[in-house]
Amino acid sequence: MFEIWDVHVHLSGVPGATPEERLERLLEGAERLGIARLCVFMGMKWSYDPTPDDMRRQNDEVLRAVKRFPDRAFGFVYLNPQHTQASLDELNRCVRDGPMVGVKLWVAMHCNESKLDPIVARATELKAVVLQHTWYKITGNLPGESTSEDLAQLAARHPNATFISAHSGGDWERGLRAIRPYPNVYGEICGGDPTAGYTEMAVRELGPERVLYGSDAGGRSFASQLAKVLGADIPDSAKRLVLAENTKRILKPILREKGIKI
Amino acid sequence: MNLEPSRRDFLKTAAVAAGAVLIRNVAVAKPADALIDTNVYLSHWPLRRLPCDDTAKLVAKLRANGVTQAWAGSFDGLLHRDIAAVNARLADECRRLGGGLLVPFGSVNPKLPDWEDDLRRCVEEHRMPGIRLHPSYHGCKLDDPDFAKLLQFAAKRGLLVQIAHIMEDRRMMHPLLQVEPPDLKPLADIVKKTPGLRLELLNVKLPPLDLLKAGDVSVEIAMLEGVGGVGKLLAQLPAERVLFGSYAPKFYFESALLKLKESPLTEEQLRAVRCANAQRLLARKQLS
Repeated sequence: MFEIWDVHVHLSGVPGATPEERLERLLEGAERLGIARLCVFMGMKWSYDPTPDDMRRQNDEVLRAVKRFPDRAFGFVYLNPQHTQASLDELNRCVRDGPMVGVKLWVAMHCNESKLDPIVARATELKAVVLQHTWYKITGNLPGESTSEDLAQLAARHPNATFISAHSGGDWERGLRAIRPYPNVYGEICGGDPTAGYTEMAVRELGPERVLYGSDAGGRSFASQLAKVLGADIPDSAKRLVLAENTKRILKPILREKGIKI
Repeated sequence: MNLEPSRRDFLKTAAVAAGAVLIRNVAVAKPADALIDTNVYLSHWPLRRLPCDDTAKLVAKLRANGVTQAWAGSFDGLLHRDIAAVNARLADECRRLGGGLLVPFGSVNPKLPDWEDDLRRCVEEHRMPGIRLHPSYHGCKLDDPDFAKLLQFAAKRGLLVQIAHIMEDRRMMHPLLQVEPPDLKPLADIVKKTPGLRLELLNVKLPPLDLLKAGDVSVEIAMLEGVGGVGKLLAQLPAERVLFGSYAPKFYFESALLKLKESPLTEEQLRAVRCANAQRLLARKQLS
């Protein structure tokens, strides 16, 4: 019997004309598999390199959705480091002054760029975790798409920040190695196929305290991603950490700050 | 982990209380129900050892999760040239270590000389009910005349033909082993022109609905994605076209099983996907 928190969910891939309706559909699917809480980010229509207005629009949609289900979903603010000041403003609006508890960075800019430094510094002041998309694609990354090695460089500059390497680099046998030396980087296992051995390697190389369950739903299935943990040949104690305890631990400081009891 | 507990647990699903949902073992039917996994592999994935790539271990894993029959191909069928030896080993492993669970599906590479004899041996020597093809690993496009000929021969022999579409995510392939999935478009025409052909598509991310409606074509769920993907697929296709497949041991077996739970399926739909459709497919072979 495990408690499950999903650290990577989007308002996409499910029907619904409004953010609230979409989150409701997602929660129905999550509930069927016993998933208690979802961390949600990015809006109903995505963009690789959002303008400040588009960032605000997408974050507003997430704010609407989590407001409807405050006991089941947390929001992460979607930022674009190409627009540093607008990102800082948005971080203050959604995290300092709003209910959001983390930062989502996607593919607008390689995350080892110095433009990210003020954003990470501010997020750390606010106790918000920073979730950065990471992928190695043999078919070619997008122009601003980060690898796990890019994130490792950023993490080395910000040892007090808490980073999540979303997808663990996609090519996880490479990505996990890249983040292994950085204890402030967590490996999150969502988004790729449920290839057997993934979670075993993550737990072996990072330790069970540094691995997080996420799904990348609604593009991905909750089921296929949850199987990466439930089907892994790791002890139940490790599954418990990966499925919820690690996420709860890294979110605890900001949740406490906001008076949210878990 | 055994995901096949009691019916009572299934009906309970996960209780939601005070914002915390605790998951019990996940069940998707009564323990007595048959579960036919139409997509498992024996031997070793060429680029990585997998937790259950030992036949005895795989069989134990499948049994523990309630699988009553598993249709097994061989990873060796992707790159080995001595296909006759691949199929002989597959049949032998299924017989010796399968404990009545494993049903061998042999490989045939239509770009090798005298592939017809490999097909003959699958039927006459190994008594296989079907074959599993990996055209992209054999450099064979689906509009290749050799491929159409293979399907014709298989249909005449009454074999169920499985076509494995994707073996791994294109984005993360080994730089020295990049294999494009085959274009499925030519298949609909071949299906129409090949009487008696029974096809099952394996490892399809986006099931091609036109093809699935073109003839006796089924699809399994190993690579189906999206929230409630099985339910969505069943809304678009006749229920008899959707089969259970896990792609174990390459994928965690639990992925396919949990997908059945993620969608709100009727008892009838569950039974069809878990076993009835696969049973019917093999029964049609025996009749033919």
